[in-house]
Amino acid sequence: MTIRTQVIPDSGVKTAVPALEPLLVEIHEEGRAGRHVRGGEEADALIPAAFARKAPLGLPELSEPQVVRHFTHLAQLNYAVDTGMYPLGSCTMKYNPKINDRVASLFADLHPKQPQSTVQGALTLLAELEGMLAKLTGMDAVTLQPAAGAQAEFTAILMFKAYHQKRGEGAKRHRVIVPDTAHGTNPASAAMCGFQVTTVKSDPHGNIDLASLKAALGDDVVGLMLTNPNTLGLFEERLREVCDAVHAVGGLVYGDGANMNALLGVARPGDLGFDCIHINVHKTFSTPHGAGGPGAGPLCVKEPLRAFLPKPWIVRDEQGRYHLDTARDDQPPAGLGDSIGRVRTFLGNFGVLVRAYTYMRTLGEEGLAEASNDAILAANYLLAQLREHYDVAFDRACMHEFVLSASRQKKQGVSALDVAKALIDEGFHPPTVYFPLVVPEALMIEPTETEPRETLDAFAAAMIRIAERAKTDPASVKASPVHAPLARLDEVTAARNPKLKWQRPT
Amino acid sequence: MSTVPDDLQYSKEHEWVRADGDVATIGITHFAQEQLGDVVFVELPEKGATVRQFSSLGVVESVKAASDIYAPISGEVVERNVKVMEKPELVNTAPYGDGWMIKVRLADKGELTQLLSPTDYRSHIGETAGAGGD
Repeated sequence: MTIRTQVIPDSGVKTAVPALEPLLVEIHEEGRAGRHVRGGEEADALIPAAFARKAPLGLPELSEPQVVRHFTHLAQLNYAVDTGMYPLGSCTMKYNPKINDRVASLFADLHPKQPQSTVQGALTLLAELEGMLAKLTGMDAVTLQPAAGAQAEFTAILMFKAYHQKRGEGAKRHRVIVPDTAHGTNPASAAMCGFQVTTVKSDPHGNIDLASLKAALGDDVVGLMLTNPNTLGLFEERLREVCDAVHAVGGLVYGDGANMNALLGVARPGDLGFDCIHINVHKTFSTPHGAGGPGAGPLCVKEPLRAFLPKPWIVRDEQGRYHLDTARDDQPPAGLGDSIGRVRTFLGNFGVLVRAYTYMRTLGEEGLAEASNDAILAANYLLAQLREHYDVAFDRACMHEFVLSASRQKKQGVSALDVAKALIDEGFHPPTVYFPLVVPEALMIEPTETEPRETLDAFAAAMIRIAERAKTDPASVKASPVHAPLARLDEVTAARNPKLKWQRPT
Repeated sequence: MSTVPDDLQYSKEHEWVRADGDVATIGITHFAQEQLGDVVFVELPEKGATVRQFSSLGVVESVKAASDIYAPISGEVVERNVKVMEKPELVNTAPYGDGWMIKVRLADKGELTQLLSPTDYRSHIGETAGAGGD
């Protein structure tokens, strides 16, 4: 037999590729157990016959070490920021300092329904986090409720709706404008709020096209949803004019904060003309994410939008004690006022917020600015090494990420997807591919500030090797990955005929 | 089969139209399916719905991306291609045949003049290819 190997890029060490792990149901052995539950039969007798199961549950039966080994093997198959560089553009897969988890664990025994007088520390932390986020973004008020960026978008557009209704303009405003580089969640959030979406194209420099934007504006516009730096990793050069144009027709400007990692201590969205911005704390403030979260998406707003923020609010009384502006958590807010109401149970994903707080406190204002500047430097350092070997969609200095195009390689028979798969063999997590949609064969690369220079160099060398192979031996690139537990997956069949359920072999 | 058949009209967003009396058949072009890659899902409006020229009428999703299909002309949907919803690969194998999307009763025949001729569409995708596509 051949033992397949993979390379650890940080050290160059070759190691055997771990074998795939069977499912728990496949290693099940009847009668095996990790714990023996005493009194089970007596308990069974207490259940009325009408409610008793007729057939066994069919859960896998295993010993405790089998279960532990199963999950450890799965973890060994995993690629994570803790095992290597993860340049997944737009996702900010920076290293998550372990101190974040340690601090979060201090709060692990709190219950969200504890009396407020017994959770003053937790409420203080949340209130301070609100203040820190407001300061960092140049906004006036914050809600920590949204569970992630997309929910923060939805929350903000609901608030825009309430704002226009309050001003008696709710009926006539029904269009939300997004650029053609927007995250897919932007138009989705607008549509979920019942609005129509107007898409505006990018100009030849990768900015939102100002003339097209002005042509699309009118007094039926709710607002504009804009990411800055945009999804091409470029700073919107005429941002002030863009925001002024939207404000001139009575619209509001929503900041998609997905790319906030480029701006910490560099520029404040509130000073740039945005009326609100969300923060993906799980990206920017280093809390683990990927594969479904949990995340958190605090929404920071300017004064005119404060009254519409979701409730309950965390309020500080004259004695310096914190309380929620609702009498009880299980009742609707006493005074909803103009608020759009609750968007998330309790106070959001508390554990994630504690990690973000810890990260910000650990780095401080200067440290956060350094993180952003280093992220921008790392991205430009990589771009400088790669621009000869791949096409660059909009070739100017980038912010914290940049978008290459594999168009040149495509003519040699190698697509962006093939390049991504070949990177797996080089020991790296692939970048985001085919996004943003305006760039053909897009490869969106975000190294983040936490990679050492040697790792950036190793990644650039791997990308250059793949570009060379595309010229000389494209078939080998198309055949990758070969040094992974699974070879090339059939994504088309998986999408067209997905098998979503395990079936017991008969 | 030509990649830009001479008997059709085209939109800049890569849809084609075959007008036959009051009814027009709409689909996406060979160029569009090639850009999308393997199509895995198609969402179309129901019979009786109205579509508006240059507004989204549905969605076509490939392993790369989900994209809106824009109506090249306005009208009422008289039929939608159930076969292409069940077998999305038809968009790739027969974009001008079994991979058609919907048939609409034309609201305004004048709108047809706003579409591209085969020659114009060929030069349109030539320009697009020059910007980095293939």
